[in-house]
Amino acid sequence: MLNILVFSEIEEIAFELLSWCGKVKENTNAKVNAVILGKNAKEKAELYFSYGADKVYCSEDTLLTDFYADVYAEALYQVINIYSPELLLIGSTRRGKELAPRVAQKWSAACITDAIALDLKDEELVVSRYTLGGATISTGVLKARHKVVSVMPKTFELGTKEPILGEVVVVSLKLQDSKLNIVERKTKQSETVNLEEAQTLVCVGRGLNKKEDLASVEALAKALNAEIGCTRPLSHDWQWLSEQREVGLSGKKCKPRLCVSLGISGQIQHTVGIRDAKIIVVINKDKSAPIFEIADYGLVGDLYEAIPLLLEKIHGVKS
Amino acid sequence: MDIIVCLKQNVDMTQVRIKKETGEPVLDGLPLLFGDMDRNALEEAVLMKEKVGGKVIAISAGSAKLRETIKDALAGGADEAVILIDPLFNDLNSQVTATILAKAIQKIGKYNLVILGEGSTDNYSGQVGPRLAEILGLPAITYVKELEYTNNKIQATRNMEESLELVESSLPLMVIVTSGINEPRLPSLIQILKASKKPLQEWDASAISITAADFGGDDYQIISNLAPVEERKGVILEGELDENVDKLINALLKDGVLGV
Repeated sequence: MLNILVFSEIEEIAFELLSWCGKVKENTNAKVNAVILGKNAKEKAELYFSYGADKVYCSEDTLLTDFYADVYAEALYQVINIYSPELLLIGSTRRGKELAPRVAQKWSAACITDAIALDLKDEELVVSRYTLGGATISTGVLKARHKVVSVMPKTFELGTKEPILGEVVVVSLKLQDSKLNIVERKTKQSETVNLEEAQTLVCVGRGLNKKEDLASVEALAKALNAEIGCTRPLSHDWQWLSEQREVGLSGKKCKPRLCVSLGISGQIQHTVGIRDAKIIVVINKDKSAPIFEIADYGLVGDLYEAIPLLLEKIHGVKS
Repeated sequence: MDIIVCLKQNVDMTQVRIKKETGEPVLDGLPLLFGDMDRNALEEAVLMKEKVGGKVIAISAGSAKLRETIKDALAGGADEAVILIDPLFNDLNSQVTATILAKAIQKIGKYNLVILGEGSTDNYSGQVGPRLAEILGLPAITYVKELEYTNNKIQATRNMEESLELVESSLPLMVIVTSGINEPRLPSLIQILKASKKPLQEWDASAISITAADFGGDDYQIISNLAPVEERKGVILEGELDENVDKLINALLKDGVLGV
């Protein structure tokens, strides 16, 4: 019998993981339990049951009010010792991705982070993740007795909620205060961008000379009814666009019907984020840029000359 | 301030090619270098040293090619280096790497800061830092985009999805940096020449009391490692731009993907 324990500090991701576990339960006699840590943990349990958790372990220990990875790892490890699962699933947010190897180390477990697919075949756990900077997907069997997998958000679709009840187990943990101290937390200016759902995407890269030139990219995006995405240098190094617009391995994975790529050389760390686009249009003046290898239509030319022409023709189509 | 920087050598990702017929990556004979974020980690250590004094020790575990690769870290500003080379270390998983680095760090003994990059350029699994922190019992600040040292304390800004988190800690401490924290310097010719004169130690498994027993079993058995299948039309339009934009728009209309 497979015992699975699920944790994510983001409720929605925990429900995604539970939804996958629900499918496993249909074919096996797996037991699926979840952990909720921090304030009002008990009140949250009901929804976990509705997504298929058999039992929910709760701790409202005040040391868990803020997320400190060292304390959370210890808390999860103590829950593991109570319940003895074989597999711990964690949502691979930044916090989750730090948590997973920490728990794995305490538990002498093998760990895979940023999993993009998970499958149970003949009682073996098959896990896939990107490797070689996103160039390939490696798939392997996780053989260890203790397994920790952190799973990328949105890997699994949410199942339907069922009005099921389960057992809340309040655990009393022996925790020590974190060695770190959070001084302050500044919420980032939130933009309501949902690149993952965008039907049309205009992606811009280092071929753009200066921040002011984003105006013409915006004009094109507006004409195409598109969202704007970018490569990591634009969002992280130069901060011309918000991090929520980064497309690629460490950013968003998009699946638009149309992706227009402007001035992007095509490093795999970026292109992994547009791989699922139906049609990819590439505009780049460097004919030898690797991005052309994934183009449906590749326009060899300067984006500064191409954008006005595109705008003109799109307006022509519209009228 | 004594700072240890942990680095991982991997093949130059920009040179990885995929076999068209099979989707397999071709890695043989590619040059090895340290990862992008590892270089950010080294640069941050050197910047800190330049501000508050002390020394920077670079450490890395891996194949014999490290003897060559490590020169990049010494040219990039490390004062000393320890390389961990043993036939056992040729193909390491995160768990064993963390164990090896922990033993080496304990053998070095004297340090205030341990700095790593958020993830390697090849696997980006981000496990070694958190595992190492658990083994050494060190506090660790992850996803750091700004680092300061004042009043015997480290203050670091963590770049989280929804917020910037200012975190404080006393030393000793582990810091895991993200890209964008700095722009790693390009070493000058003089620095490159000096690199080979800097102290370099090489330790094998027995030097840090690692035995085959520390390796455990093969707990992740790879079934396949392939590039996903890409089926693209590959229509390349060269020449007269005006004409080509027309062709492009017509093609997109025909494909029914122009959401206007």
